[in-house]
Amino acid sequence: MIWRYIVKRIIWMVPFLFAVSVVAFLLIQAPPGDYLTTYIAKLGESNEVLDQATIDNLRRRFGLDQPLYVQYLKWVANLLQGDFGMSFEWRQPVSDLVWERMGLTFMLSFATLLFTWAVAFPIGVYSAVKKYSIGDYVATTIGFIGLATPNFLLALILMYIGVVYFGTDVGGLFSNEYKNAPWSMGKVIDLLKHLWLPVVVLGTSATASLIRIMRANLLDELSKPYVDTARAKGLSEFWLIMKYPVRVALNPFISTIGWVLPNLVSGAVITAIVLSLPTAGPLMLQALLSQDMFLAGAFVLLLSSLTVIGMLISDILLVLLDPRVKYE
Amino acid sequence: MASDVDAPILSVEDLTVGFGMRQGMLEVLHGVSFELRRGQTTAIVGESGSGKSVTARAILNMVPRPGVILGGRILFRPEAGQEADLTALDPRGPAIREIRGGRIGMIFQEPMSSLSPVHTIGNQIIEAIRLHRDVSKKQARSIAREMLEQVEIPKAERALDQYSFEFSGGMRQRAMIAMALSCHPDVLIADEPTTALDVTTQAEILDLMARLQTELRMAIMFITHDMGVVAEISDDVVVMEQGHVVEHNDTHGLFAYQAHPYTRKLLGAVKRLDEPATEKVRHQHDADDILRVEDLRLHFHTRKGFLQRTTDTTKAVDGVSFTLKRGESLGIVGESGSGKTTVGRCIARVYEPSDGAIDYDGVDLVNADGSQLRGYRQQIRMIFQDPFASLNPRMTVKQIIAEPLVVNGVAGGSELEDRVASLLRQVGLDPLMMERYPHAFSGGQRQRIVVARAIALKPKLVIADEPTSALDVSIRTQVLDLLLRLQAELDLSFIFISHDMAVIRYFCDRVAVMYRGRIVEVGETEQIITDPQHPYTQALLSSVPISDPSQRGTRQRHRYQENA
Repeated sequence: MIWRYIVKRIIWMVPFLFAVSVVAFLLIQAPPGDYLTTYIAKLGESNEVLDQATIDNLRRRFGLDQPLYVQYLKWVANLLQGDFGMSFEWRQPVSDLVWERMGLTFMLSFATLLFTWAVAFPIGVYSAVKKYSIGDYVATTIGFIGLATPNFLLALILMYIGVVYFGTDVGGLFSNEYKNAPWSMGKVIDLLKHLWLPVVVLGTSATASLIRIMRANLLDELSKPYVDTARAKGLSEFWLIMKYPVRVALNPFISTIGWVLPNLVSGAVITAIVLSLPTAGPLMLQALLSQDMFLAGAFVLLLSSLTVIGMLISDILLVLLDPRVKYE
Repeated sequence: MASDVDAPILSVEDLTVGFGMRQGMLEVLHGVSFELRRGQTTAIVGESGSGKSVTARAILNMVPRPGVILGGRILFRPEAGQEADLTALDPRGPAIREIRGGRIGMIFQEPMSSLSPVHTIGNQIIEAIRLHRDVSKKQARSIAREMLEQVEIPKAERALDQYSFEFSGGMRQRAMIAMALSCHPDVLIADEPTTALDVTTQAEILDLMARLQTELRMAIMFITHDMGVVAEISDDVVVMEQGHVVEHNDTHGLFAYQAHPYTRKLLGAVKRLDEPATEKVRHQHDADDILRVEDLRLHFHTRKGFLQRTTDTTKAVDGVSFTLKRGESLGIVGESGSGKTTVGRCIARVYEPSDGAIDYDGVDLVNADGSQLRGYRQQIRMIFQDPFASLNPRMTVKQIIAEPLVVNGVAGGSELEDRVASLLRQVGLDPLMMERYPHAFSGGQRQRIVVARAIALKPKLVIADEPTSALDVSIRTQVLDLLLRLQAELDLSFIFISHDMAVIRYFCDRVAVMYRGRIVEVGETEQIITDPQHPYTQALLSSVPISDPSQRGTRQRHRYQENA
């Protein structure tokens, strides 16, 4: 049954996440040197020189003098107790840094997903049902432009328009007065005011490709005999299209749940920097650059888990939506 | 009832339908007229492209785009004194939707794809009921269950919650009929409802429709290209050719005398299949065996659970033995699921047999390794059922036919072109067509291309899996004649897999009857057809429609039940 399938999938996540943790750890360690070499180089730039004793001392304190597998095991052992370790660079517990960022990332992803669906679904259906109409051509053209425009460029254009024509501050997710304020009703409203821009920017290309997918899928389905059957029953055109071909053509929508998260975090770093979004992307990039091991590791691990969970959710929805999909 | 016979319930008058193409309007129906009467079955006969299906859809005012009804009237008279012109209604309006499914039901050819794969059977039938009858969901469900019982679907309550892909083809078509009849329509349009089914199932569906027709006093418009079916069920016949009605007569009259040459051709094609081909060259009886199959078995295992234990074994082929002489044609006949196709694929070594021996010309094919098999694959070739699906649409005919020659390094360069040209001539096609793509050819021509590809490597044994089932009857005999000619010219041996007894009779020297993975009877074709010994063979033969309306009802149809 479906519950057994879900439990099985969750059990399978354990070895998978273990493998991810190994790979993540190795990847972070792969470039020559460690956080201290980066740190020393940075200090060297401002003509500060640390003597060898201080360096050794620091290395011992960070545990960087131990062999790799010991460092890994320690990290994993702490992880299992919910301790993500300390960020070298920020000198703060990793979990504090990560949760705030991941929360906002998650919310932004979700909002983008909803936006993508809300726009792509009706346009895709319209485009397919009214194939080769003016509306279809318009949607197709806009879709291709949306696909072809790099996200960060779109961000810059929208920011320019926002600042020059509407005089609003459009960067970030919060206005200055709320940036470090505790959560309140005002902060939520402020967030919503800022949210639309990154959602549009991040969602445009996904929307455009979903429109294309929906259109192509639905066109295939519209000529299937079961549509004729439904029409011969006397169903109205709107309901028969919604109930039968659209339902069958819906599968790709569900699949997007799985890839929207990793896409937003790893693919949208440039956009996030341009829009100065306090999401996970820029922080993760910084952590990787400075070899801030625990911080980077925590991000990679969390993203992988979210991806796996996203895939699981989309697979479960697929099973529920399409009885032909077997959970075996 | 005389009054019923007098007033046709539906009259099609001078119906003209065109398709808007880039080059302008292409007329596909040129003034079609006929009438349907309560309690009567009108057969619409014609080959593919004659406009039968477009006519059916025009009646429900749902001609697919870019089709347009250009002229004519379709008058529907559900009650005395009532009359509506269906062509005048808005194709999306409530008036025509009230009639669709409510007064005029329709069933389609493809039971596999005519039901939604993602909705339960019950959901789809209940929807049809609630569209036209003012009942609650619960009432609708019980009506749906009654309908399923009426079309003889076992465990109707459970079937309501099943999906179409859990049903066999015959069961799906029953569910379709239940759905179309759930609102007790006055007219039932059946568009080739049994073409995709095997004869046994076809016979059952035809019986079912006849029974329901008497119960509900419906007019049935039965579209088919099979004159045998026409003879079995119809009261009168409308013959269509390329959008024209060329002949219209009652069934007995039409079978006795055909006024139009096209009707004669259609019937002639059927009649010719009632006996062995005159062109047939008998193989020599002292010929040696080219193929010996002994105790062939292929079992599919269903594995379940964490340890992948075998929970269920399907014996697709369960101990099949036969021999094939050089130059002989052996027919394998049976209903769908009998394992006949699997046997063919085992011999071509597409499937790995579980057990048994295949001795081809002294060589053990079961244990042959890859390089040996490659050699035998040149000598053993296959022809498949669907000429639309078995040709790559993105390759030209030349590329398709040349492929086996190139792959096996037989020919190349200019020699290749010569070989392809001569192969095309051999199958009766113009070599100038070799640069075209498959879509430019008709079904019969495509099957000729498939044949040319199969004989390109000068094979000795050809396994033909339902090579004519997808073709119109008149083209069927042409392709069979071609195969017979090639057999004589190239000294081919055939394994001919089909569910169609008539085709087997026309083509094969001997026939093996398969039922549930076993051969129940094997012998000379004529002997088996005239004097079947096994009860399954008798049942199978009893299901074949006879193309003679005067013999209607003289035969008791029955389905063979093992251990019954």
